[in-house]
Amino acid sequence: MKVTLKIWRQKNRKEAGKFVSYPVDVENVEMSMLECIDVLNETLIEKGEEPVAFEHDCREGICGSCGFMINGVAHGPQPATTVCQLTMRHFKDGEELILEPWRAAAFPMIKDLIVDRRSFDRIIASGGYISISTGNAVDGNTHLIGKETADRAMDAAACIGCGACVAACPNASSALFTGAKIAHLGILPQGKPERDRRALGMVGQMNAEAFGSCTNIGECTGVCPKEIKLEVIAVMNRDYLRASIRRRDDLGTTISPFAEWSTGAKFDSATAKE
Amino acid sequence: MILDSKAPTGPIERAWDQSRFDVKLVNPANKRKHSIIVVGSGLAGASASATLGELGYKVQCFCFQDSPRRAHSIAAQGGINAAKNYQNDGDSIYRLFYDTVKGGDFRAREANVYRLAQISVSIIDQCVAQGVPFAREYGGTLTNRSFGGAQVSRTFYARGQTGQQLLLGAYQALERQIHAGTVTMHPRTEMLDLIVIDGKARGIVTRHLVTGTITTHFADAVILGTGGYGNVYYLSTNAKGSNVTSIWRAHKRGALFANPCYTQIHPTCIPVSGDYQSKLTLMSESLRNDGRIWVPLKKGDKRSPDQIPEGERDYYLERRYPSFGNLVPRDVASRNAKAVCDEGRGVGETGLGVYLDFTDAIRRLGEKTIRDRYDNLFDMYQRITDENPYKVPMRIYPAIHYTMGGLWVDYNLQSTIPGLFVIGEANFSDHGANRLGASALMQGLSDGYFVVPYTVGNYLATNKFPTVLETAPEVREAVACVKKTIELLLSIKGKRTVDSFHRELGKIVWDYCGMSRTAEGLQSAIGKIRTLQEEYWKNVNVPGSGEDLNQSLEKAGRVADFFELAELMCIDALDRNESCGGHFREEYQTPEGEAQRDDENYSYVAAWDYRGPGNPPTLTKEPLEFHYVHPSQRSYK
Repeated sequence: MKVTLKIWRQKNRKEAGKFVSYPVDVENVEMSMLECIDVLNETLIEKGEEPVAFEHDCREGICGSCGFMINGVAHGPQPATTVCQLTMRHFKDGEELILEPWRAAAFPMIKDLIVDRRSFDRIIASGGYISISTGNAVDGNTHLIGKETADRAMDAAACIGCGACVAACPNASSALFTGAKIAHLGILPQGKPERDRRALGMVGQMNAEAFGSCTNIGECTGVCPKEIKLEVIAVMNRDYLRASIRRRDDLGTTISPFAEWSTGAKFDSATAKE
Repeated sequence: MILDSKAPTGPIERAWDQSRFDVKLVNPANKRKHSIIVVGSGLAGASASATLGELGYKVQCFCFQDSPRRAHSIAAQGGINAAKNYQNDGDSIYRLFYDTVKGGDFRAREANVYRLAQISVSIIDQCVAQGVPFAREYGGTLTNRSFGGAQVSRTFYARGQTGQQLLLGAYQALERQIHAGTVTMHPRTEMLDLIVIDGKARGIVTRHLVTGTITTHFADAVILGTGGYGNVYYLSTNAKGSNVTSIWRAHKRGALFANPCYTQIHPTCIPVSGDYQSKLTLMSESLRNDGRIWVPLKKGDKRSPDQIPEGERDYYLERRYPSFGNLVPRDVASRNAKAVCDEGRGVGETGLGVYLDFTDAIRRLGEKTIRDRYDNLFDMYQRITDENPYKVPMRIYPAIHYTMGGLWVDYNLQSTIPGLFVIGEANFSDHGANRLGASALMQGLSDGYFVVPYTVGNYLATNKFPTVLETAPEVREAVACVKKTIELLLSIKGKRTVDSFHRELGKIVWDYCGMSRTAEGLQSAIGKIRTLQEEYWKNVNVPGSGEDLNQSLEKAGRVADFFELAELMCIDALDRNESCGGHFREEYQTPEGEAQRDDENYSYVAAWDYRGPGNPPTLTKEPLEFHYVHPSQRSYK
């Protein structure tokens, strides 16, 4: 079968980008979307042109490196599937596929289909962990954690940090990503002592980056390759609200951060930390 | 050269305690004066960076991906072993030690393996404390599954995403230290050379993958946790970016490379479907707990599996190995799959596949239980093959998965270059000639959380570190060497792409230095590799420039190193005139077709020294002594 890939080409952040169309012969529909670009790139290199730059690594849907929009849908038409595992059998002969990078102010452009997602790392660094240094742990069975609780934590922990949620959101919000980590750690007894700090720190950082606010549209969960549930955002909001009320005295600000957040005012994340 | 393993003498149970007591400590106030470079952010690299940061050292961590969370440890599915004996089924530290030495076909260093088994227990505790959501029983306790090569249930898991959860635990610990300012992270930065001054590792040369800038970084010690070299085969279960470059360039600076021919072929991967294929997908070995492996009894039987009656099927692993059945170690399972396919009894379009059938398990346990255990794996299989494994047996075939060889390290995980430590899959240490399932995660975390933080401290406390100047001749030479290679690769502008060379190289290594090897084949492979390598340096086409993001250039440098490594693998395989673990020489097998070791002549670690381009490497042997687990013919019958 034949498809036309209409791909966003942009040399770097400074130069303007444009779409370029490339016809590609798909010799086997078992081929993945990324392998289809591999084939295209081989022909481009042979012609002396620059291949299409795209991010990828494990190619089994778990590392979170890959991802771009296909005809306006993050990771393409197949639910719960990253582009590295999206096989060409889901497309029709002669179809035109428009590939473009994640578009969000918090994900600055690098080249072609590659963007910079370090804002995600900074959100995690602002509290997305349990503060336990190596050597401090008690026996793993000391905390009894019922199967249902462990399963709920695992559901949230499955996030691969690919950024599809942000790309799909009309507000470019990272609430699903941030909520997933807050929910994963907050559900577990080990994570409870730091729940307030975590919510204030992570949400604060999320607002300090150029992400938009969540307005409960739900596109994020629809495209999420790991099917992270929308309820993690509710968990995040609850934790954040509770933390900002409980810790209002030591935040050093006259308006509660929650009020700032809901009105879109800038919240200084530095004051959210001790 | 004499290789001193520095393995403690005396009772093995007390060896690690004793060496922890013997290490010299760095005063807490002095720790922040010492800088440490960690290359790689997988389980080993991230856990080492985080722990060293917690201790107060000044750490710089490097990875080539956009974020440390992408490292390929993330893709490990099945689980992590620990001798907790929570199941009360007779497990113990000694049994895990015994199983690992035996599983490695008596080619690992006993003291290292014992320490690994001891530490395994602390790893689980540490990870639980970090919030890793391991599978639990209804009553709230941790649950286990069994894995190949063991008769006890000691594998902890988080669905089929154990590696992901453990890595995220280490990544979060790392991000905590980044936030605290003890660790500086350098993503999208690839190490291209090691700086050795006065015989000590003092820094690295890197290229930033977006700007192309070549930079030097100095430190008092360098730790490499850069993973394995399975991508030398082109098609493997490794991530596309996994490469040998960091350890290979350290090898060229004087670090000995041990047992390069010990590579692991994983028995349960989705079979290859075409030439365009870019990588192979693993199906966790844990599936062998409930799946039964079979092929038709008759050659060339093209009936669909449900049309083949029970009596015309050959459950060959259960038949040949009644006590371990489908749970024999990986090397044995892989070799048997190849054997039945070579007999013409393979299934699927290519004939290179065997069935992994869940019908009996579903009948016995119900579809719900199977779904609970393996749901995401079954989904993944269906996504790739468009077949429903709840109804139709999976088709699987062996693929390259892990490399037991790596840089030689002593008991302290220090290479033959003082100050250069190597951890995780990048070193050769604990798995001998074959790694058991669920042991890689254990080793990566053991090295990173619990071993290297002590041993690096000892090195720092007992050495002096004069300031390194950018103008030092060793530094200039290393930078010049990196720049020269990049310029050369960009200047050839030949006719063939990097990938086309890589694919051809991989085919040679797979055919001659893969699942089974012969002296004749290995000799011809060396010739073929050299011919192809010569063409590479004349005819490769790397488009673009070195001054911006250039993925072809990144690959070109890595493939150049794979060529040199491939030759060394063949030389090592040729030197080892015996079969052991993943290294199967057709000339050396028992009458039943099992691997035939030669303990009298080959009970050693083969450590190779680089002697410059065109010169044959020299071999140094580290003899292996077994005081506890006495070598015997491995039997899983």
